[in-house]
Amino acid sequence: MIAAAIVALLITLALTLTRAFLGPSIYDQILAVNSFGTKTVLLIVVAGHALGWFGYVDIALMYTLVNFIGTLAVMRFFEQHKPQGEQ
Amino acid sequence: MIIISLLSDFCLLIGGIFTLTGAVGLLRLPNFYTRLHAASVTESLAAPLLIIGIILDTGFTLDSAKLIIIIIIMVVSSPTITHALCRAAAHGGYAPDMQKKKQRQADNRAKEPK
Amino acid sequence: MIENLHLLINVFLLAFLVLIVFAAINTNNLFVATMLFGIFSFVTALLFLDLDAVDVAFTEAAVGAGFTTVLMLSALRLTGAFENVKHRQSVLGLFIVVLTGAALIYGTADFPRMGDPNSAVHLNLAPEFIQLTQEKIDIPNVVTAVLASFRGYDTFGETVVVFSAGVAVLLLLGMGQVEPKKEPEQNVVLRIVVKPIIALILIFGLYVQFHGDFGAGGGFQAGVIFASAFILYSLVFGESYTRKVIPAAILPRLAALGVLIYGVTGLASLLFDKPFLDYNALSSNPVSGQHTGILLVEAGVGLAVFATVLLIFYSFSGVNHNE
Repeated sequence: MIAAAIVALLITLALTLTRAFLGPSIYDQILAVNSFGTKTVLLIVVAGHALGWFGYVDIALMYTLVNFIGTLAVMRFFEQHKPQGEQ
Repeated sequence: MIIISLLSDFCLLIGGIFTLTGAVGLLRLPNFYTRLHAASVTESLAAPLLIIGIILDTGFTLDSAKLIIIIIIMVVSSPTITHALCRAAAHGGYAPDMQKKKQRQADNRAKEPK
Repeated sequence: MIENLHLLINVFLLAFLVLIVFAAINTNNLFVATMLFGIFSFVTALLFLDLDAVDVAFTEAAVGAGFTTVLMLSALRLTGAFENVKHRQSVLGLFIVVLTGAALIYGTADFPRMGDPNSAVHLNLAPEFIQLTQEKIDIPNVVTAVLASFRGYDTFGETVVVFSAGVAVLLLLGMGQVEPKKEPEQNVVLRIVVKPIIALILIFGLYVQFHGDFGAGGGFQAGVIFASAFILYSLVFGESYTRKVIPAAILPRLAALGVLIYGVTGLASLLFDKPFLDYNALSSNPVSGQHTGILLVEAGVGLAVFATVLLIFYSFSGVNHNE
């Protein structure tokens, strides 16, 4: 069952990445990148337990925080300095 | 124990299904706000379920305590990001697509029995 | 089944890397390119985890996905946010790149297979380090032992390099002042949610700093995580409040203090008739001397990295830089 979860997560990552490339507006892309980060955290936890990676919990914890900070930073900077011609 | 192992399998299965559903929604829905809704709601359900599945598989160790902390952080930060993103899009002038709704309302009004 | 899972994960992640890089190169919008490089760092760190390199994955995530993204976004403030598109394709450039790539691939064809136990790396130095760590230093994390004790000079050099990067940014930009009347919008949800998260990040940073002996961690990662807490505070509450919490003038001094702690630890062993940076001299028992030495130098590294990272962030987000 863990294998099924890992396969589901990998397919989810691929689909989310497609939206990150396509997304007509930049908000779609920010959403997709944030979602990619969260699914990566889940992949680390599930695959780390299944494949026996050493010390994966600390890294998953830090990724959650880094993902949060990164997405907030992109939104803040994009709000303040919107390039012309982008909604 | 059998029942914990079954419960862990069940959580992982349901978590995987919801993650896939969220990704399909992210790809297929027409509008940014609908995609935001799909991604956020499924993520808030799938992430704790997957991690609970792993916690049940690990047992009661230091790792599971840290995984519980990860669940808490994710449950707090995911909806916050959704809120901030939605607000940024709304303030940034990204209007939801009202054309189709107005068209549908006009069609309904035209089809009403007089 | 585990072999198949390994293969599947590796194939997917490497494919993601290629796709992300193509998309990042093809886009004109530099915000998008920055975000894509952020998730590039995520995927790279996942691959490092798969190769059992935990400390490297930690540092890649903290620096590559966290700090570099914020830094490049701040830099986009000083430059434009769109790339000037050159419409001329260069055949000569493509030829040179393909030639260099082919030469590199040809050069690596002679390498031993990855993980080969009979390769030179695994026969000569690695068993010696593992054995010596157990005898002389007695901590579980061999990477920290090698970094802080066996190759302590090298890490001292790295700390000085980080410090001089901060000095270079100070010389070029200076920390400037706060942008006037540029308060972020009053978002109640963010302000309330971020406060406990900042406390958690600070505690986690301290945990990573002192836990470097036993698990993944160490001074570099801890310094970056600690600075990320203040960067998060600055993103939500505004730059002016952050400069009240940590004044800009204190940061270069903190960075210098970090390097000084490292150097003084090395000098202390000179006082006891031992070579520079030999931690055996720091206590009556050599093993506990090593522990004390590693603790002190990691603290020095953490302090220096924290101050430099925050200093660079202040420089990129300030205005009216007076030369």
